[in-house]
Amino acid sequence: MTKSTSSAVPDLKRQVLPSSVSQIGTITKYELINYFRSRRFFVLLIIGLIISALLTALVGYYRPSSFLSSPLDFYSSWWAGSITFVIILSGIFYGGDAISGEFQNKTGYFLVANPLRRSSIYIGKWLGALIASIIMLGVFAAITIGNGIYYFGLNVPYQLWDSLLFALLYLIAVLGFTFFFSSLFKSTSMSILVTAILFLFAFTLIQTLVEGLVKIEPWFLITYGAQIITNVLIDPYPTTTTQGFGPNAFTSYAASIPEGIAILLAYFAVTAVLGLLLFERKEFT
Amino acid sequence: MHKESGQVGVPPSEDGLSAPSIEAESLSKHYGSFTALSKLNLKIEGSKCVGFLGPNGAGKTTTLKIFTDMIRASEGRALINGIDVHLNKKKALGTVGALIESPEIYPALTPREALSMVAEIRGLPRAEARKKIEETVAEVKMNEWLDKKVGKFSKGMKQRINIASALLSDPEVILLDEPTTGLDPRGQAEVRDIVKDLKKKNRLVFMSSHLLNEVQEICDEVAMIDHGKLIVYDRLSNVTKRFSTDGENVVEIELSRDIDEQSLKRNIASLANVNSAERIDSRKIRVHFSGSIQNQESLLSDLVAMKIGMISFRPSASALEETYLSLIKDTL
Repeated sequence: MTKSTSSAVPDLKRQVLPSSVSQIGTITKYELINYFRSRRFFVLLIIGLIISALLTALVGYYRPSSFLSSPLDFYSSWWAGSITFVIILSGIFYGGDAISGEFQNKTGYFLVANPLRRSSIYIGKWLGALIASIIMLGVFAAITIGNGIYYFGLNVPYQLWDSLLFALLYLIAVLGFTFFFSSLFKSTSMSILVTAILFLFAFTLIQTLVEGLVKIEPWFLITYGAQIITNVLIDPYPTTTTQGFGPNAFTSYAASIPEGIAILLAYFAVTAVLGLLLFERKEFT
Repeated sequence: MHKESGQVGVPPSEDGLSAPSIEAESLSKHYGSFTALSKLNLKIEGSKCVGFLGPNGAGKTTTLKIFTDMIRASEGRALINGIDVHLNKKKALGTVGALIESPEIYPALTPREALSMVAEIRGLPRAEARKKIEETVAEVKMNEWLDKKVGKFSKGMKQRINIASALLSDPEVILLDEPTTGLDPRGQAEVRDIVKDLKKKNRLVFMSSHLLNEVQEICDEVAMIDHGKLIVYDRLSNVTKRFSTDGENVVEIELSRDIDEQSLKRNIASLANVNSAERIDSRKIRVHFSGSIQNQESLLSDLVAMKIGMISFRPSASALEETYLSLIKDTL
């Protein structure tokens, strides 16, 4: 039997396929449309608004000195106290089932049989989740800064901008991580549950145990690296300190800014590559 | 022995080298100790519809999934127009429209948006995409639902949109995995008409199905698979002839007026090469005859000349069923 080759096939019906970058843009665009039309975006937005509204009302009514003693204290208490929670929620909401849902809900069958690389789907969906999360982050930041301006005028400390950048980096790392877990499972509830447990309880618990019992710096934990979001708003910047002596000594570890950035970048790089590889290899059985 | 495992499918292309083609080269798929597909060799070329038949778990969907890179072959290669699907998926699927199982569409999107996404992925210019979306959605009779959210659709409605998606870019090769699943009888008939139109447009359609009458009606060739092995691949008429009793052919004839037993025996059963004729009902008869396609042609001419009110003449679906049952012994 003679074998057909691509050159032997007429080109009259062939349209030029877009580049992978362009296809990533397409996936991102429709992922965002899907988010904005679905309830989850608004549920998350409402959660963010409720947190903001509660803080606005409580600070306005009780005027706690921990918030209002200085602009830096205000942003440290308001922004740093809540933003990691908002980021984790975004990660769970947008990343938790982003890939596993393609298998369980069979939406992947609609996309994957088209002429595009799986990596384009993965990256496109990741970018969609990032943009939707940044909108959340932006809304929360705007309300925070609005309140800050109300109490302290336009005197916004430069550390807040650093903290915002670190929060963005943390968001990138969290979404990398949640997408990885989403690639690991074919069940949406499993991937969401595992991600939620890890970020809301497990990492914090491991960090406490590692610091208190094993007495080593938890440099391998993403939540430890994320401390730079809070630490940068503390003046002076906290350092690792040991209290007490001998077996009763307790060391409080503080990630430095380069260390924190390195941890977050490493988490993103490793989980993004692993997640992508898993998705590339996973079969639509 | 009917089984021809590992044999390359035979019918040659009538369109020469320029024809669209799909080819399975020693394709195997194992899940642990279970073999879903075993050294499948099949080459299909030209504009035609090939029915892909087999019992549940025979390897039909597995084959189609390998051809769309939804799963990887354990061994062998899947080629579309000579391009290895796994090594160069984007290029290989550039000319392919596929509907595998019953995909779900993001429920918050409308058909227009979901199809626009596909059009953008496939690089259709915006104006052309808009036109093609409206055309294909009209073809699957979903134009009234174009701007409604897919989440509210029934299974059959979603399947129609999935079919529209597979046809959107006017692909050369169309891979369909039980396309009429979930469709009502009218929907099934419409899909059959769509596939018939595709054949006229010089397209290669490779379609798995459980519905033998569907395959009988629209396909030119048939490939049968069982336990992951190709049993037969040939023209439909050859398959039914090769495996029917004594090489006998069967046609079903529909009449516009009643025919009685006596005139059936006297006029039709006595025609040359006719072995027997039976009444299915008062206006439908089944004729068993021997010989080649030429004999079929002369039988048709004779029947027309008799002026018995013949309004349809087609190979019997039961002939394919008979073949299928003789080749495939188990249901799993």
